[in-house]
Amino acid sequence: MKISTLLYTIKQGFANIFRNKWYSLASVATIAACLFLFGLFYAVVMNFRSIVMKAEEGVSVTVFFHNEHDYFCESHEPGQIATEARIEEIGQMIASRTEVLDVVFTSDEETWQNFARDFFGEEYEKFAIGFLDNPLKGDNTYEIFLKDVSMQNTLVTWLESIPEVRKVNYSELTADTLSGANLLIAYVSVGIIVILLAVSIFLISNTVAIGISVRSEEINIMKYIGATDFFVRAPFVLEGMLIGLLGAALPLCLIYNIYNYALAYIMEQFSILSGFLAFLPVDEVFRVLIPVSVIVGVGIGFLGSVTTVRKHLHV
Amino acid sequence: MTNKLLAIKKREQFIEENGIIYLENVSKVYSKGSPAINGMTLGIGKGEFVFIVGDSGSGKSTLIRLLLRELVASSGSVYVMGSDLAKLKHRQVPKFRRNLGVVFQDFRLLNDRNVYENVAFAQRIIEVPSKDIRRNVPSILATVGLAGKYKAKTKQLSGGEQQRVALARALVNKPSILLADEPTGNLDPKNSWEIMTLLEEINKSGTTVVVVTHNREIVNAMHKRVVTMKKGVIISDEEGGEYIDED
Repeated sequence: MKISTLLYTIKQGFANIFRNKWYSLASVATIAACLFLFGLFYAVVMNFRSIVMKAEEGVSVTVFFHNEHDYFCESHEPGQIATEARIEEIGQMIASRTEVLDVVFTSDEETWQNFARDFFGEEYEKFAIGFLDNPLKGDNTYEIFLKDVSMQNTLVTWLESIPEVRKVNYSELTADTLSGANLLIAYVSVGIIVILLAVSIFLISNTVAIGISVRSEEINIMKYIGATDFFVRAPFVLEGMLIGLLGAALPLCLIYNIYNYALAYIMEQFSILSGFLAFLPVDEVFRVLIPVSVIVGVGIGFLGSVTTVRKHLHV
Repeated sequence: MTNKLLAIKKREQFIEENGIIYLENVSKVYSKGSPAINGMTLGIGKGEFVFIVGDSGSGKSTLIRLLLRELVASSGSVYVMGSDLAKLKHRQVPKFRRNLGVVFQDFRLLNDRNVYENVAFAQRIIEVPSKDIRRNVPSILATVGLAGKYKAKTKQLSGGEQQRVALARALVNKPSILLADEPTGNLDPKNSWEIMTLLEEINKSGTTVVVVTHNREIVNAMHKRVVTMKKGVIISDEEGGEYIDED
């Protein structure tokens, strides 16, 4: 293609938008509305997901081992008592599992100090002085943090199969709720995105179809003069892509400002929430939202116009 | 020699001997109704000026659309500049059409653009370099007598002037054949004559001109070849002929 033809196509693509300015405006507005909803939805979902992930990071599984001080245990055979070496070995086995994010070892001393601190407060040493021995002696534990809470049951089943493991503490309800929330977010996201894309493609396709009918005379003349299919179609496709690009740029600007304002407002008015609600900074949301919106906008513009041009232009 | 071989020999001989358009036993049937063209055989030589006349529904416009390869014959063959149009692939059609100029009764100009842009449009489509467009367009506008009006919007022009713009656009790419479908249909007698005079001049410069018309006065005055059609068949074909009154 010659440069002059390329320039002509670009010029015509822009000119088409202004020739059918009201239809173009309607298309840009509807795509912008769809992408605005998409962007807003994305920002909310990403924040919700970040909060869920933060909550997931706090979910842990605690493993207790058989030991010689374990008076309350029903019975244990000599082989079931976990030696220090065996506990270390099990720790390495846990750490090497794919679903495990982190493993924290807590010795019996630390466990007792933690318990005493929780029970008696900061001055626990005064009250705990009556205890000559560590009442929790031998209660070495592993606290395991997971990459994905939905894998908790798999890990627990495996841990319980180790003979030296006396008890595994975990919350099935928390894990189920969080993995359920994750699944729900994924399904709802996909559903809403598909609906928004379908609506946008329908709208852009209508705009291009109207553009073609408005300019059928010009297209006929082009056909009679000997214009190639590409020459006739390219301005319409470019028009669709430009409408898509504009339709993506407007909501991005709007969402950027709304998001910043909303974040500042929430932090100011509900500062108490900031401890457990992990809101994402605007840059992190827009690092993904900008390319996705532009690709989706231009993509639906391209797709909508190409299919319409193919359908309505028999050149 | 069989009839078929004879026909092939006749066609090849015609095309070899300066033939530019050749229709061989052509029929065109639309999805409903009787054939618009029925078994037509017609040859037009290079540089000829031919009137195609006939009442509405006689098949004149279908003939133009067949020559433009907008339609494909239901049977028979249409040869234009040596190409069998039925065998042209879709992607070859634009290149083929660049050798044809076409003018319509309703001018079909781009009303949002000026005279210069309307004519330049035809050159841009076939990717003529800009510097050539700047040279060719004023030259062809001068030929059709519109050199002084190149900036005017087409809606500001009279019917005759609009048809001149259409002619300039049809001629700027130097076509071998000019097809004019009722070029004077929307014009008063004075403008009609001016357009026909222009067509005659264009023909004198070597372009084959095929004019479909209802204008009896012009046909009878110009003494050109006249092909008369009725219900899809040629009922007369005479050099220097006259518009036959079917009644």
